[in-house]
Amino acid sequence: MRMGGKGWLLLLFGLFPAMPSLAWDWAGNMAVEGRTFFQSPLDPRQYDNDASISLEPELAREWHDGRDIFVFRPFGRLDARDEERSHWDIRELHWTHVGDGWETLVGVSRVFWGVTEAWHLVDVINQTDLVEDPDAEDKLGQPMVKLSLEQDWGTLDLFLLPGFRERTFPGADGRIRTHPRVDTDLTSYQSGREWKRVDLAARWSRYIGEWDIGLSLFHGTGRDPLLLPAVNGKGEQVLAPYYELIDQASIDLQATLGQWLWKLEALYRHSDNDSFYAWTGGFEYTIVGVADSAADLGLLAEVLYDQRGDQSATPFNHDAFLALRWTANDEQSSELLAGFIVDWKYGSTLLNLEGSRRCGQRWKASLILRAWLNTDERGLLYPFRNDDYLQLELARYF
Amino acid sequence: MRILLLLLLSLFAVGATAETAEEKGLAIAREVDQRDSGWGDFQAHMDMLLRNRHGEESLRKMRIKSLEVKDDGDKTLIVFDEPRDVKGTALLTFSHKVKDDDQWLYLPALKRVKRIASRNKSGPFMGSEFAYEDLASQEVEKYTYKYLRDDLLDGTPVFVIERYPVSRYSGYKRQVVWVDKQRYIPLKIEYYDRKNSLLKTLTFEGYRKYLDQYWRADRMFMQNHQTGKSTLLTWKDYRFRTGLKDSDFTRNSLKRVR
Repeated sequence: MRMGGKGWLLLLFGLFPAMPSLAWDWAGNMAVEGRTFFQSPLDPRQYDNDASISLEPELAREWHDGRDIFVFRPFGRLDARDEERSHWDIRELHWTHVGDGWETLVGVSRVFWGVTEAWHLVDVINQTDLVEDPDAEDKLGQPMVKLSLEQDWGTLDLFLLPGFRERTFPGADGRIRTHPRVDTDLTSYQSGREWKRVDLAARWSRYIGEWDIGLSLFHGTGRDPLLLPAVNGKGEQVLAPYYELIDQASIDLQATLGQWLWKLEALYRHSDNDSFYAWTGGFEYTIVGVADSAADLGLLAEVLYDQRGDQSATPFNHDAFLALRWTANDEQSSELLAGFIVDWKYGSTLLNLEGSRRCGQRWKASLILRAWLNTDERGLLYPFRNDDYLQLELARYF
Repeated sequence: MRILLLLLLSLFAVGATAETAEEKGLAIAREVDQRDSGWGDFQAHMDMLLRNRHGEESLRKMRIKSLEVKDDGDKTLIVFDEPRDVKGTALLTFSHKVKDDDQWLYLPALKRVKRIASRNKSGPFMGSEFAYEDLASQEVEKYTYKYLRDDLLDGTPVFVIERYPVSRYSGYKRQVVWVDKQRYIPLKIEYYDRKNSLLKTLTFEGYRKYLDQYWRADRMFMQNHQTGKSTLLTWKDYRFRTGLKDSDFTRNSLKRVR
C-alpha cells in the first residue's frame, strides 16, 4: 500500500489489547497464477509470459454474541515481471458494531453497489485495483466511517471517506496497459487537499416485493482518473492521472420475475470539466436443469451507454454485452461464463471467457481467456489490441 | 322447513363419514404443521457428506439460523464454512406460503449481495442430492394431498400420503410421505421426477425431541436412485429460542456473517 500503510498497522496493533480473548477465525487463500500472451507486445519492454503468487489471509473475531466484529484481510502479490503488479494492500481492517436497527463500521473496507454484470457503473466507494484484473472488479480497501440505519423504510448508509486511494496501473513492463503507460508518480488532484480530502457518500436501499432498489449520492474526488499526456523526469512520454472533484447521483434497480432478472444502473455525474449521464441495463434469463441435467444455463444481455460518447473515460460508451453462463451444480461447482462486449459504433469487441472448478475440499482452478478483436483506433480498447491472453490460476483455500 | 333441516343434517352426516382421500391427506399435513409450530427460532450446524457412485466423498459444512414467521413462511439464513472457497457465502431466504420465495445470495469475494431467482428450486443445493425445494420450509400450501393407506414402516404405524407440488417450477410430479401416526413426523419421503419415475428416497433417522415438543432428525439420508449418488445431512448443536429477530435476517446482516 503506497499510502498510510504504517498508520493502519499501528491502528491494528492498537486494537489487539482491547479485545477479549476469543478464538480467532482464520480463512483466506494463496494462489499461483500464470499468464501467457498470444501476440508480441506493442512496446518491447513488455513481457510475453508472466507468473505471480498471491496471498490473501483473513483474520476475524466476533464478540458480544456477534454484536462486535473485527476483520483483518491483507492482500499481497509478487509478480515476476511487472513491478507495479507486485503490490500489497489492506482490503479489510475494521471494527463493526451492530445495534438494534443500526450499525457502525470504522476502518478499511470494501463496499459494493449495483446489480449489472458486465460493468459496475454505480459502484464508486472503492478504487479499482486495476493491476489485479483489467475487468476492474478487484478493489482497494477504502478507509471509512460508516453508519447504517436499518428501518421499515429501508436501509440508509452514510459514509465518511477519509483518505483517497489512487488507482493501480501496470508498469512499463506490464501488459494490458495504455500506450504510453500511466505514470502514477505524476498523479494530480483538483482538490487542494489532494489524497487527504474527506469524501462523502450516502445510499438508501430497500426491496419491495420483486424489486430491489438503491439510490446513491457521492460528493468528493472521483475514482476514475482523467489520463493526461505528460513527460516524466526521465523524459519519457507518459499519461498522468488527474482526479477531479465530482458530484454523482445514481440509481440501481433489479426486478426478479421468475426466471428473469431485469437490471438497470444509471448515474448523473457533474464535474467542472463535464456533466453527463450514463446507464447500463439488461436482463439475465436462466434455464433451469438444461437438457434434463442438473446444470443451469443463463442468457445475459446488457447495454452500456455513456452520454460522453467518444470522449468517455470508459471504454464502454456505446456497447452491448452478450453472454452465456453455465453453472453445472456439481460437487466441484464448475462454472463457465462466455461472452463478448461489442461497440456498436466501431465494432471493437472484447471476448471474455471465465471458468472455474473446485478440486477436492481446498483447491480451486480458474481460467480466463480474453481477446480484443477488430479494435478501432477511436476506442479506448485500441491499446490492448495485441494483448490477447490466457490466465490460469490455482488457489489453495485455508 | 323440517325437510330442509333434515336434508342439511343428512348432508352433514355424509360429509363427516365419507371424508375423501384428499381431505384426509390435507388433514394429516395440517396436523404435522400444527404440531410443529410455535418453536420461535433456532440455530444449528449442518454437515453434508456427498458421495458419488464410485464412493468418492466431499464435505459441506454450514450454519443455519431460522425464524418462524406468523402467517407466512420462515426466514432462513445459511452460512457456508466448507468447502473453504465458499466460506462466508450466505443465503437468505424469505419463504412464502403461496408466492415465490425471496432469496438473496452474498458473495464475500466481491462483497456483493445478489437477489437470485428462487424459481431455481429444483436445482441441487451445493452439488448435493438435496434440491433447494427439499430443504425449504415445508408450508402446507405448497402441495395438494391425498391419503393412500395406513401401513407399518419398520414396525412403526404410519400414514402413507401422497403430495403434489403446486409450483410448476418444482422438479417433482409427486412425493410419497410416510408419516409417523403417533408423533406426526415424516419418516421417509420418495420423490418422483416430472416423468413420474422414482428419483430419490429420503430417510429420517435419530429423531430427538426439543423444547419437550418439537421433533428434529439428527440425520437425513438422501439416495438418488437414478445416479447412484447420495448425501447424508447431519444436524448438530440445535438451539431453540435463541432470541433471533427480524433484524438478524436482512440484506445487511448477510454482509456481516462470519
